[in-house]
Amino acid sequence: MAALPPYASTGQKVWHYSYLVICAAIFFFLIAPILIIIPLSFNAENFFTFTPEMLALDPEGYSTKHYRDFFTNPDWQVPLWNSLKIAPVATFLSVALGTLAAIGLSQPHVPFRRAIMAILISPMIVPLIISAAGMYFFYSRIGLQGTYWGVVLAHAALGIPFVIITVTATLVGFDRSLTRAAANLGAGPVRTFFKVQMPLILPGVVSGGLFAFITSFDEVVVVLFVGSAGQKTLPWQMFTGLREQISPTILAAATVLISISVVLLVTLEVLRRRSERLRGMSPG
Amino acid sequence: MTDSATTPPSQPMAVLPGGEVTEDGPMLAADGRPLKHSLNRALRREKLRAFLLVSPLLIFILVAFVAPIAEMLFRSVENQIVSETLPRTVVALREDQNLPEEAPGEPVYEALYTDLFIAAEYKSHTRLGSRLNYEQTGLSSLFRGTGRDVGRFDTDIYTDQFIEAEPALEDPVAWSNWMADEEIRAALPQTADVWDAWVKLTVEANEDDPLEEDVEDFVYAALYRDLANGAAPAGFPDVDVSGFETVSIKALFEESDEDWVDPQIWQVIETYSPAYTDGYFLNSIDMMNGPDGDAQMRPDDERIYLKLFWRTMWMSLAITFSCIVLGYPIAYLLSTLPLRSANVLMILVLLPFWTSLLVRTSAWKVLLQQQGVINDTLVWLGIVSDANRLTLINNATGTMIAMTHILLPFMILPLYSVMKTIPPSYMRAAKSMGANDWTAFWRVFFPLSIPGIGAGSILAFILSIGYYITPEIVGGTSGVFISNRIAYHISSSLNWGLAAALGSILLALVLTLYWLYDRIVGIDNVKLGG
Repeated sequence: MAALPPYASTGQKVWHYSYLVICAAIFFFLIAPILIIIPLSFNAENFFTFTPEMLALDPEGYSTKHYRDFFTNPDWQVPLWNSLKIAPVATFLSVALGTLAAIGLSQPHVPFRRAIMAILISPMIVPLIISAAGMYFFYSRIGLQGTYWGVVLAHAALGIPFVIITVTATLVGFDRSLTRAAANLGAGPVRTFFKVQMPLILPGVVSGGLFAFITSFDEVVVVLFVGSAGQKTLPWQMFTGLREQISPTILAAATVLISISVVLLVTLEVLRRRSERLRGMSPG
Repeated sequence: MTDSATTPPSQPMAVLPGGEVTEDGPMLAADGRPLKHSLNRALRREKLRAFLLVSPLLIFILVAFVAPIAEMLFRSVENQIVSETLPRTVVALREDQNLPEEAPGEPVYEALYTDLFIAAEYKSHTRLGSRLNYEQTGLSSLFRGTGRDVGRFDTDIYTDQFIEAEPALEDPVAWSNWMADEEIRAALPQTADVWDAWVKLTVEANEDDPLEEDVEDFVYAALYRDLANGAAPAGFPDVDVSGFETVSIKALFEESDEDWVDPQIWQVIETYSPAYTDGYFLNSIDMMNGPDGDAQMRPDDERIYLKLFWRTMWMSLAITFSCIVLGYPIAYLLSTLPLRSANVLMILVLLPFWTSLLVRTSAWKVLLQQQGVINDTLVWLGIVSDANRLTLINNATGTMIAMTHILLPFMILPLYSVMKTIPPSYMRAAKSMGANDWTAFWRVFFPLSIPGIGAGSILAFILSIGYYITPEIVGGTSGVFISNRIAYHISSSLNWGLAAALGSILLALVLTLYWLYDRIVGIDNVKLGG
């Protein structure tokens, strides 16, 4: 489909170009709703649509007042800080435990490997509402419901499958004779891990960590049930905003989150290429 | 190595230095043990080490995730509230012969009187009422109303008559001495049981000292029943109760609310008195335990869950299907383009994938509004008139559009990874043998891409049937899923058992699909971000 051969018939040409148009339309459907948020967030009015001034590209029609609101209003700042307090700790827990387990799982002889893998991946498969319901019941029973640590533990559990998947994938390409060589040269297991294994699997660990971070940072269902008003996160605030009285500041918040996603996406792409280069694959 | 299986390890060892094998002995390791044992031990150690590395996470997941799920499953059948709140009534009901034709006999009402009196002090009767109200409307107000009346029942005639006959019976200290006597307790079983309950109640609920409080009427009522049965324990005041004026507790209940003599009410209490129930599950599929104890369908106007499950299923199917329709061309394009351009276009797929769910949902909420960008554009283009703006939000259409957009990357990524493995030479071979473009695609490429469609569809479908946020925001009432109902029952109606049962059914569905996905694709092959 890449290029049309010179001998293509008219029918083939028509089909080729209409196919490209269809694809462009689908790409438009994918990306436009996200991109359109960005100009709308600079609206000078409290509307959710383009005002005539904006369409005329009149500077009067644009303003950063929603951003000012986002960055000064405690209604948004407190949830933002809560998110930033919860996500890194949850990520740290997921990454530390997940990397260790992934290394264990990649050993050649692991008893019940399939069953363990299924249990560890399950938080990704079970619908969030079910996890949230179960955690709400169970965490209330053990007194974690409505506490900071309750939310952190819940988010760490949700982030673990991503760490397991990405780190196991990196370990597939890991040459085990390297650890043996290190041991042969007198390094203990801990030193071998930090000096030999860790640097090589680092891209997998970091991208797993990014996944875990974004899972926690974006998560709303579980925190709605497990958290209390004191743990109100940014997505929670957006959710209440969308459900109750929708304020245009939400568009500014969304744009900030889109920028974060772009940064994460670029980081991941860089990591992926680096990892492929290290493993001797062609860097795309 | 091979002879070690046939030669017993106890045989005298004949081994050359350095562990070389000889004809008549097992191969030995450097430390002199048979090599087979050494290898087995090393293998065991390796297994143990691997397991130790995994165990912290396994324990964490079991506590933080699996235990909550187990708790939810447990709650979907757990029903201890009836037997905990009305323990004596449940026992008395079991022995009653009158049900289901008519209301139970006096002993059941006597037990209920004690139970309800205590429950009303703990304020737990309203919770029980709400619980039973899920099964039969009206029970909540019945328990609430009688819970208020029960303290004023005319059972004080027993109290008055006992105190008149024997003033010592008014003294709680004397009572506590009698009730410490094992023989008296054995002779007056009901009184002892009720006395203990009263002491516990006074200490726990009212935080009073039972030795300084007036003994409640229901204790005297129990004493009357014990003595009327002919008990005459030594050491307890000998009161002749044959001449006592009596009162029917059943009549008192009937006076409070005539529903209490309705056998149907009692049938409900009896049906839900065991500690475990299938009631929540029956409710989840629009059934109920009928008056004769058999499961039957609910009345037509109360059936909502089957419809909701059905809607969740078909909307998820429709969303999955639109994801296939929209995702297939994109994945095909990406897999046939040179890698460099494909990677650039891939960003257009990955950016939505990485963008916060709330951002994408907000975008659709903003776009789909009646005064939103899409309607504005359509009006400006003259496709719809200003008066007839399309209702794209707060209905099934809104959910479909937004969810398709959200799940599309989950379809494209597995499709793409499968299509990339199909060698382009197959298509060229087909064409060189006379196939036209369509035949080459349909007979060669498409069948090879079906595993990708399967993987993507199951993934999209699993994610879709459990979705909560997006339907909640753009779905209105006609576009919501079963998840929204679960959330409603947890946070608004507080019918946790029903929420747990609905959740368990949904979980069973998802796990079946997960199992299928594992069979078709393998969990290990889940790829993230392309």
